[in-house]
Amino acid sequence: MTRIEMTVDGVSYDDDVEPRLLLVHYLRERLGKVGTVVGCDTSNCGACTVLVDGKSAKSCTVLAVQADGSEVTTIEGLSTGGALHPVQQAFHENHALQCGFCTPGMIMAVVDLLAENSSPSVEEIKHGIEGNLCRCTGYQNIIKAVQAAASGQAASVGGAQ
Amino acid sequence: MIPAAFDYVRPSSVDEAVQALGGGGDIKLLAGGQSFIPVMRLRLAAPDTVVDLGRVDELRGIREDGDAIVIGAMTTHADVLKNALVREHAELITKATETIADRQVRHRGTFGGALAHADPAGDLPAVALALDAEMVIAGSGGRRTVPAAEFFLDYLTTAVGEDEVLVEVRVPKLGAGWGSHYEKFNRVAQAWSIVGVAAAVQLDGDTIAQARVALTNMSSVPVRASAVEQALTGGPASAEAVEAAAAHANEGTNPTSDLNAKADYRGHLAQVLTKRAVLAAAGRN
Amino acid sequence: MTVTEERPTGEVGRARLRKEDARLITGQTNWTDNISVPGLLHLALLRSPSAHAKITSIDVEAAKARPGVIAVFTGKDFAEEQGSIPCAWTVTPDMVNPGHPSLAVDEVKHAGEAVAVVVARDKSAAQDALEHIDVDYDTLPVVLDMEAAVADGADKVHANTEGNRSYSFVFESGAAGTGGSTDEAFNDAEVVVSRRFIQQRLIPAFMEPRSTVVQPVGEGFTMWTATQIPHILRVMLSLTLGIPEHKMRVIAPDVGGGFGGKLQVTPEEFICALVSRRLGKPVKYTESRSESLMTAHHGRDQIQYIDIAAKRDGTVTGLKVRLLADMGAYLRLLTPVVPVIGAFVFPAIYKFPAYRFQCDGVFTNKAPTDAYRGAGRPEATFGIERIMDELAAELDMDPMELRRKNWITHEEFPFTTVVGMVYDSGNYEAATDKALQMMGWDALRAEQKQRRQSNDPVQLGLGISTFTEMCGLAPSRVVGSLGAAAGGWEQASVRMLPTGMVEVVTGASPHGQGHVTSFSQIVADQLGVPFEHVGVVHGDTSSSHKGLDTYGSRSLVVGGIALVKAAEKVVEKAKRVAAHLLEASEDDLDFKDGSFSVRGTPDSKLSIQEIAFATFSGHNLPDGMEPSLDSDATFDPENFSFPHGTHLCATEVDTETGSVRIRKYVCVDDIGEVINPMIVEGQVHGGLAQGIAQALYEEAVYDEDGNLTTGSFVDYLVPSALDLPYFDTDRTTTAATSNPLGVKGVGEAGTIASTPAVVNAVLDAVRHKGVTDILMPMTPERVWRAIHESSDGGERAAEGSIAYSATSDAEESAL
Repeated sequence: MTRIEMTVDGVSYDDDVEPRLLLVHYLRERLGKVGTVVGCDTSNCGACTVLVDGKSAKSCTVLAVQADGSEVTTIEGLSTGGALHPVQQAFHENHALQCGFCTPGMIMAVVDLLAENSSPSVEEIKHGIEGNLCRCTGYQNIIKAVQAAASGQAASVGGAQ
Repeated sequence: MIPAAFDYVRPSSVDEAVQALGGGGDIKLLAGGQSFIPVMRLRLAAPDTVVDLGRVDELRGIREDGDAIVIGAMTTHADVLKNALVREHAELITKATETIADRQVRHRGTFGGALAHADPAGDLPAVALALDAEMVIAGSGGRRTVPAAEFFLDYLTTAVGEDEVLVEVRVPKLGAGWGSHYEKFNRVAQAWSIVGVAAAVQLDGDTIAQARVALTNMSSVPVRASAVEQALTGGPASAEAVEAAAAHANEGTNPTSDLNAKADYRGHLAQVLTKRAVLAAAGRN
Repeated sequence: MTVTEERPTGEVGRARLRKEDARLITGQTNWTDNISVPGLLHLALLRSPSAHAKITSIDVEAAKARPGVIAVFTGKDFAEEQGSIPCAWTVTPDMVNPGHPSLAVDEVKHAGEAVAVVVARDKSAAQDALEHIDVDYDTLPVVLDMEAAVADGADKVHANTEGNRSYSFVFESGAAGTGGSTDEAFNDAEVVVSRRFIQQRLIPAFMEPRSTVVQPVGEGFTMWTATQIPHILRVMLSLTLGIPEHKMRVIAPDVGGGFGGKLQVTPEEFICALVSRRLGKPVKYTESRSESLMTAHHGRDQIQYIDIAAKRDGTVTGLKVRLLADMGAYLRLLTPVVPVIGAFVFPAIYKFPAYRFQCDGVFTNKAPTDAYRGAGRPEATFGIERIMDELAAELDMDPMELRRKNWITHEEFPFTTVVGMVYDSGNYEAATDKALQMMGWDALRAEQKQRRQSNDPVQLGLGISTFTEMCGLAPSRVVGSLGAAAGGWEQASVRMLPTGMVEVVTGASPHGQGHVTSFSQIVADQLGVPFEHVGVVHGDTSSSHKGLDTYGSRSLVVGGIALVKAAEKVVEKAKRVAAHLLEASEDDLDFKDGSFSVRGTPDSKLSIQEIAFATFSGHNLPDGMEPSLDSDATFDPENFSFPHGTHLCATEVDTETGSVRIRKYVCVDDIGEVINPMIVEGQVHGGLAQGIAQALYEEAVYDEDGNLTTGSFVDYLVPSALDLPYFDTDRTTTAATSNPLGVKGVGEAGTIASTPAVVNAVLDAVRHKGVTDILMPMTPERVWRAIHESSDGGERAAEGSIAYSATSDAEESAL
């Protein structure tokens, strides 16, 4: 067991964990942060994407011990004061989700992208979400949602970091 | 899936890391883990001990050292991408790094990790080879430097010994008149390269004064396309001349056959992509 | 989508944002794997590394001794009680069903089949213990190739069957009396074109891996599971395991996509129930992606031998289809019927006077196949749309002109096809004309010509798919006559709550389609209540007690109509109360915008909410009336619905590398009336992505030993945002005449239509180089080989790519 400290969605935790424990399992099983999900074994699908110290990461490909001392933001920590994050709002308004399983990871990836590039082109958006697979939408409405989030409320995007 | 249990060591210096590697048993270094953690999750690897280099600060960062730039092994791909020194003196690295996996992986995967993992389908080994990079390796007996041409020994095998750590990579600066390009060919965006070509050429007017070409996934190790380089050198940077030179790209390669490509098609791709990479590097595309 | 219709006055037709989104975008979702109950135990399954073998011994003692392990079971432990995974469709009276154990007992028939289950206190302990189970296998010959499997003397998948054929289903229009004799048609044909097409094996690859939790509750059980079919699953669990149906509760919580892949009664669900019953403890199993790709059922996988007969002027005179359809190792819920659905789809929109269809179901040592988005219809649509292009090429005729010459014109509806289906409505001309205009077809043709003349290394091709399909599964009498065990009706209830809110219960079970939103829109209009005041209950057999679930584009066309019928009954009951309270005759009441008013006395009115409260109080109701407005309806359609559309694709083919890029994709779908255009557009987009992926990217590949090479997302290529084109979508509307909403269904249209459009486009780009077919997926290598070797691209190498492949010696990895 290894002792770790982590701030997740603004709350500090310290726990003894097995070194092999994946960050996503720590979030889901130890902290009850089940909004973040696991979709594959090989770091392809991106459903598990969270922000680690403000940068997107696939939490199934990070050991919890690697994130010791980090600040982690999950989909559950994105909205503040009951108001949806602009990216969440844009996903809703543009029908950028269907089954919703990829959505938490997709939204976190987009939050990360817009933090670096507040007005990405369509091509830049596609590159920005290439690590997140969606089986329902064909991505077109996701791209539309990213554009909407960027143009409408770019100033507040990334504020949750 | 969940990795098999292992002991975890997190050194804060290279010396501590080297010391940890002498601990006995099957010990693996973790340098970001974007390739290795999936391998452990699939239980294709089950080390006794994992030594995490993530907190060895001296392995992180990029600096200028005379006629070279020096990239710390634990510098993330994302940090490499943003670095002005790399872009100015070794843009080939920037261009290849842009094609690696996706944003999330580039945030955590590391430059040295990708080289030491030595996946034949990885993009950076060929780039290091094309740029004549030198790898600085630390062990219990001190540090040694291995040129890229001698670094990649076999499939997933490098000159880094079991008790050694890749510390940093020295990349000679490309001088004036050099252009570079990394031509990656894959079937979907985030996939590994089926074939990749790293090319850098120095133009003297319309003539190619020098050329460096290396190939990804055309053998168990990255391959320097020497015959192509010779054919290019001193010739015109024209489409016809480059295509003729690129016809040599297949020489000395030993590609595998898999789902994405049989060996002969890889050989063909190497030629087409070499032509495209060289022309792009020469600004002629 | 540029929808040019007028803004609707009611809820139906409005692009309402989805009610479902609030929890999905904030992570408040209730996936099965999120569920935990006190004392929950975790299962891990040991899966066979061999595709065909006798199990000679299993030693589980070491695994049992591992820390945290509660129990380890093998197939022998459940042999007496596990029964067989049920197959609900007997497509021919003599269909061979060898039975399908959930946990292998003596033999394994495909790689990945479960042979032992570890029960442990946590998931890591369960997975760790798998490595301590020792199984000896005696390998048997592996049957992988369908053509070889049906040859005389072939090795057999099942020792207890005569051969590898499960059934042979035949339809002949001459014999059926629905058309002429096919033999005569071909004897008299001026032109015959014959082709052998391959529909490769696909994997549904829903994003949420399957997961099941079973909790003993009193004398019964509650099962939460990632399924499309909680109701059917409950019946099957009861029938197979002998758990009384009323003591088995099945809940489909939030379900992360299905695409047919969760239209199944799975071995894993049975194993969870068996273990929970044996131990009297709650258990959970969640699959890994590798397990999912390996053992969740696959789709497609057919060899199609197609012959088309025509006159020289292009008039088609006959169609012959023979299919070899890969069942995989076992028959699951709908395995045998999926390819047989093709019998009714192959004639498509064309007026064939004679037609013969034969489908042979073939066993192989691969994972079972079953429904995948479209289920039988994409395969058939591909076959017919490909052969029409081949006929056009043979006749040197424009492929669209050939289609126009043969399709059913809009004046000819209703039209009875050569297979006896009655198409109620459609307008192929309108959809096609609109699509051609959106595409800029003529300009692209001109560019194509120019590129050919200049021998441009990048060639342009244009592809067409003018498709129809059958939705709304299904009229019970029809499916019953075809061997289905169950019917195809759907159930709905509408409850008026005392506060005026409306609670709708549906037997449909959504997993991403947006039922809660679109069903709210339907009921809001029917009852004249606000959209926000309608709630939809689904997916739990204790609250939605009756239903046949969600698949086959049926939820709206069958379930939505049940909802309308139930709402109509509510209005009828409310009218009685209104008449009583308003002291008027029912005949003098109008119901509009949610209120009953007395004709001629507009001030004398009562809202349905007021009536709901009055009924709840029960103080003053008509004599003999029950104090309830709540109503149920079960709707059984009389016919299928027939959406159609025209899909056009322009592809650029890099002849140097074989890379294909979709330059432009246009589709105009006619799905009848639309409840929510935003949701419809989303369904089309997602369907297109999957159909395009079949053409270009996806294939389940097995090596010569029967191991699935594409066992992770590294090698099973689900496309990302960068790999798909922009979809230019629009609609025409020809209302269905078979239901009161005029709807046809949209869930599968994009997938069904798009694959042949892409393939036809690629072939159109390189046909002048002598290429007549390229196998799917049209990988760059195959396209390049087709061009340079004048072939169909040939078989791919079976080895996986190096990254994470089981054959890689990752131990050598340094970092």
